[in-house]
Amino acid sequence: MGLMGRAPAVLRLWRWALLWLMTALAVPVLAQGVQPVPALTARVMDQTGTLAAGDVAALEAQLQAFEQRRGTQIVVLVVRSTAPEDIADYTQRLGDAWKIGRRDVGDGLLFVVALDDRRLRIAPAKTLEGAIPDVMAKRIIDQVVTPAFRRGDIAGGIRGGLEHLQARIEGEALPLPEVGSGRPSPGGGIDWFEIGLLFLFAVPLISAVLRGILGNRLGALAAGGVSGFLVWSLSGLLWLAIMAGLVGLFMSLFVQQLPLQSGGRRGGGHWGGGSPGSWGGGGGGWSSGGGGFSSGGGGDFGGGGASGDW
Amino acid sequence: MTRTFLRPFTWLATLWLALLLSGCGYNDFQRLDEQTKSSWAEVLNQYQRRADLIPNIVATVKGEANFEQETLTKVIEARAKATGIQVTPEMVSDPAAMQKFQAAQGELGSALSRLMVVVEQYPNLKANQAFADLRVQLEGTENRITVARNRYIAAVQEYNVLARSFPTNLTAMVFGYQPKAGFTVADEAAVSAPPKVDFAK
Repeated sequence: MGLMGRAPAVLRLWRWALLWLMTALAVPVLAQGVQPVPALTARVMDQTGTLAAGDVAALEAQLQAFEQRRGTQIVVLVVRSTAPEDIADYTQRLGDAWKIGRRDVGDGLLFVVALDDRRLRIAPAKTLEGAIPDVMAKRIIDQVVTPAFRRGDIAGGIRGGLEHLQARIEGEALPLPEVGSGRPSPGGGIDWFEIGLLFLFAVPLISAVLRGILGNRLGALAAGGVSGFLVWSLSGLLWLAIMAGLVGLFMSLFVQQLPLQSGGRRGGGHWGGGSPGSWGGGGGGWSSGGGGFSSGGGGDFGGGGASGDW
Repeated sequence: MTRTFLRPFTWLATLWLALLLSGCGYNDFQRLDEQTKSSWAEVLNQYQRRADLIPNIVATVKGEANFEQETLTKVIEARAKATGIQVTPEMVSDPAAMQKFQAAQGELGSALSRLMVVVEQYPNLKANQAFADLRVQLEGTENRITVARNRYIAAVQEYNVLARSFPTNLTAMVFGYQPKAGFTVADEAAVSAPPKVDFAK
């Protein structure tokens, strides 16, 4: 039994390592002194309250329709100021953080307005640099957007600018979103075959391993978490991941009732204090699922685009 | 008894072995090595883009009668110097060559920005649409250079952290992986500060 006694100690170390890793991954890297990157909650985000609610809804609908039709993700952000940074740096950080654009295409576009600085920037991801070269972005800013801004028509300037940008993207031969799916999915369609395979082979295996290590209850919980996470990374859908997590949990709980599987397994498996639910449980519930809009995660912003002022 | 006792132990051993294999960081070294190489290629790519723009800018500015010749000559000379440096992938591990390359590109950058300041005194040039377009392209290229440089610095930093920290430094020792040279000292200090595009440079 000497070796048996050692195993929990190793496991405790393991658990701490995992906890530490998760915390390290979860804490976002914050730079000091610069404007924070807001959470990506919608296609049109106005932090200043300048745009009327109707204008925001109209722009949002315009961008949503375009995304459904062409797949390209466009996000408009209106802020007070980007100080102490230049708007180009701020937009770059937004692009690096949000990575808008379809995962396998990378067609994202940022439209950032800093009202108090009286500056704006149009930044296409690398995929769209051909459709919207810097010079074209500058011309749209100078000839369409800033004249409206000078008249005080912020919403009109943004709408006009977006129309011109969308016309240029229409002219680019980018892959169209899948018709019939009806859902602007971030990662393409769901691969049911892969998920089926996962549940047939991987989940029983994982749950056996985890229950071997952690004991029945905790192991089943962890198996649920792992399967939820796997499905989440496969499909990118939170609801599916949570469902899969629950299925995984019940599957591993059910499997252990079979005499064939549970022969001679040590029961209980309570080691050390601490709440077992602090990690692994909940079936992939640690993802930061947003509201109606989520980034495709494929956009790579390389510093292209143009800035202007009015 | 042996069965019930051995099975968890076997699982544990397997897991531990997998952890050891991925923990030695060999694959991470390969991945990060490629990442630094590709981000370095991107830096060179953007510097080349700037060098390619300059002949057009020079030609447009020359069209302006009695433009101040000294500023223009400096840009032409700096470009010749910067493009004259032989660029090789091995340069990344040669700090002296990197410094020379950086100095030449920095000189070209400052010559260009001087030119752009001088241009402000020539209303004809400012009104020239072709020159305005070139200006936008130059600005975009400078932005791209900054982004590419920042990404290269981050990639080198990640590689060097891996090469120096325990236990992956043992892997680096076994396979002879050396920490890579980043940009100059000033740039290394800039990594810890928020990135800042400085058009006056």
